[in-house]
Amino acid sequence: MKFFDSIVIAIRSLFANKLRSSLTMLGIIIGVGSVITLMSVARGAEASITEAYEELGTNVLSIIPSNPEAEGGFMAMSPGYALPTLTMDDVRALESVRGISDIVPINENFITLTAGGETHSALLHGATPAYLDVLQYSIASGQFFTDHHVAQRANVVVLGSEVAEDLFGDDDAVGKQVKMKKQRFTVIGVLEPKGGAMMGFSLDDLVVVPVTTYQARLFPQQTATGQDAVASISFQLTDLENSEAVTEEIESILRRRHNLKDDDKNDFAVVTQEQVLEIVGQVTGIFSIVLGSIASISLLVGSIGIMNIMLVSVTERTREIGIRKAVGAKRRDILLQFLVEAATLGFIGGGIGITSGWLLSWAISQIDIGGFRLGATVSIDIILLAFMVSLFIGLASGLWPAMRAARLNPIDALHYE
Amino acid sequence: MIELDNITKIYRMGKVEVPALRGVDLTIKQGEMVAIVGVSGSGKSTLMNIIGFLDKPTAGKYTLEGMDVSRLNDNKLAELRNKKIGFVFQTFNLLPRASAISNVELPLLYSGGGQRHKRSLEALERVGLGARASHKPTELSGGEQQRVAIARALVNQPSLILADEPTGNLDSSATTEIIRIFGELHKEGITVILVTHEPDVAMQTQRIIRLLDGRIISDEKVKNNNTSVSKRKGVEN
Repeated sequence: MKFFDSIVIAIRSLFANKLRSSLTMLGIIIGVGSVITLMSVARGAEASITEAYEELGTNVLSIIPSNPEAEGGFMAMSPGYALPTLTMDDVRALESVRGISDIVPINENFITLTAGGETHSALLHGATPAYLDVLQYSIASGQFFTDHHVAQRANVVVLGSEVAEDLFGDDDAVGKQVKMKKQRFTVIGVLEPKGGAMMGFSLDDLVVVPVTTYQARLFPQQTATGQDAVASISFQLTDLENSEAVTEEIESILRRRHNLKDDDKNDFAVVTQEQVLEIVGQVTGIFSIVLGSIASISLLVGSIGIMNIMLVSVTERTREIGIRKAVGAKRRDILLQFLVEAATLGFIGGGIGITSGWLLSWAISQIDIGGFRLGATVSIDIILLAFMVSLFIGLASGLWPAMRAARLNPIDALHYE
Repeated sequence: MIELDNITKIYRMGKVEVPALRGVDLTIKQGEMVAIVGVSGSGKSTLMNIIGFLDKPTAGKYTLEGMDVSRLNDNKLAELRNKKIGFVFQTFNLLPRASAISNVELPLLYSGGGQRHKRSLEALERVGLGARASHKPTELSGGEQQRVAIARALVNQPSLILADEPTGNLDSSATTEIIRIFGELHKEGITVILVTHEPDVAMQTQRIIRLLDGRIISDEKVKNNNTSVSKRKGVEN
């Protein structure tokens, strides 16, 4: 028998049994469609979350003092756990490192501000003008402090939007006075709200002063060598790819500056992109596993649907196989027919499944959850995976009974009840 | 020429062995019209299935046109069924959702010949159903369904037609029509073997082989043989 004839036989059989064909196809459509939709949503959510972290500045790396005596891990890097080792001179020395676009020292503490009887507690940062670029803030009104302010240890402060609103309400805060640690500071600017939160702290509930002012007037702290301490140094990479090379160069510069011997451990630590992304990855990984499990269940249910239809029709089909064998079909002819039938259903059902999954993913990506979009991402590997699994199950559950029936004596197949 | 030599068939039902044929010797010449008769369970259907390779004997030698059938593989047997043998069953065994002409065309699909539609239509016209080619089996009467089955059996111009109780589910007028068609095929030189328990039907053949408990108990020529329909109609009327 010619191959074309077996296609003719299979297509005829599919058309002759429209209900069975469409039910089988429905199983494949649901399986493929739901897997594509759910996996796309998972991928999209993963991308959205990563993007959200990047907006908060994940391409920002930090250098912090580290206790060389402590065993590794995050404890050794915890602020306050290690003695201060970094200085403004370190910051200036690192400015020339290639691959760093901006670098800023950040001293950090909590502070209470008072203004006109109002009191507000906020996070205090002591920094340089590069702060805006590194942490990606922008100025809503007034101005940020300048290098001149830093050199003068000026009593100027830039307020986060929440602080400004809490202390001054709708009034323009610029030009007003606030008190911190019983000293007067002039508000020279207010930051644009960022709208996010990191580890539970609002990113808009902070105030920024020049680092020198912080060191001299607010929270003085010295390194072992008696210099004004910098609690951490943050910098932005020009390219995420070369974070390792940059890290290595920073380490060699700082080791030289801190007079460390070859076998001394670092008295600082570079918190790398990888470490930050590892945590982000864990969060999104859990998300992917949850949605992936749901998708697998849908695929399983779809597959059981396919199998069910295939096996339920086995009685009728065994008799059909008997008839076909009686009029001269070889085993090969029978298997080819069932193979072509299952493949045809798989391709048509899979095609519809892909289309509907794609449309559904698109529809979901249009849903706006309070300014946050899942942004479902349909990718070719998901499509292939869903398609292959459905096709395989369709073929397996279609072929297996057919193989058994094709091996029977024709008369046993004819008399199959 | 069909030659059966000591054919035995034993069915295994769990641990119990049930003999269906116990040493059948039989020769049927090309062009004969033969009836195999006997009570239920006498082995007549089993014998017919073995002759058509729908089933395999447990022991014994079966030679068809000089070929030792037991030496042929499944593919060769399928090819022989396709080219040499046409089957007609009591329950018709048509594909329920395929049209009459599609059912008739089935053997041609497996033999790969050309002009399938034309040949199938001719076969349907021979059994008087040319006008009903596009009807599905459920839209046809029992007699018509059996005529579709006969058209399917003869579409590939076989040398042997095997009919297992072909009139078992039919009324007397349909039976008459079916037997008339078999008679015509016989006249064209096709060997026709009918399994039946209806004496009327058996009497329309040339030779009656009687089975009991898996053995041939009689094998005799029909006297005053006349396959014409008028005689049979006369008997009925």
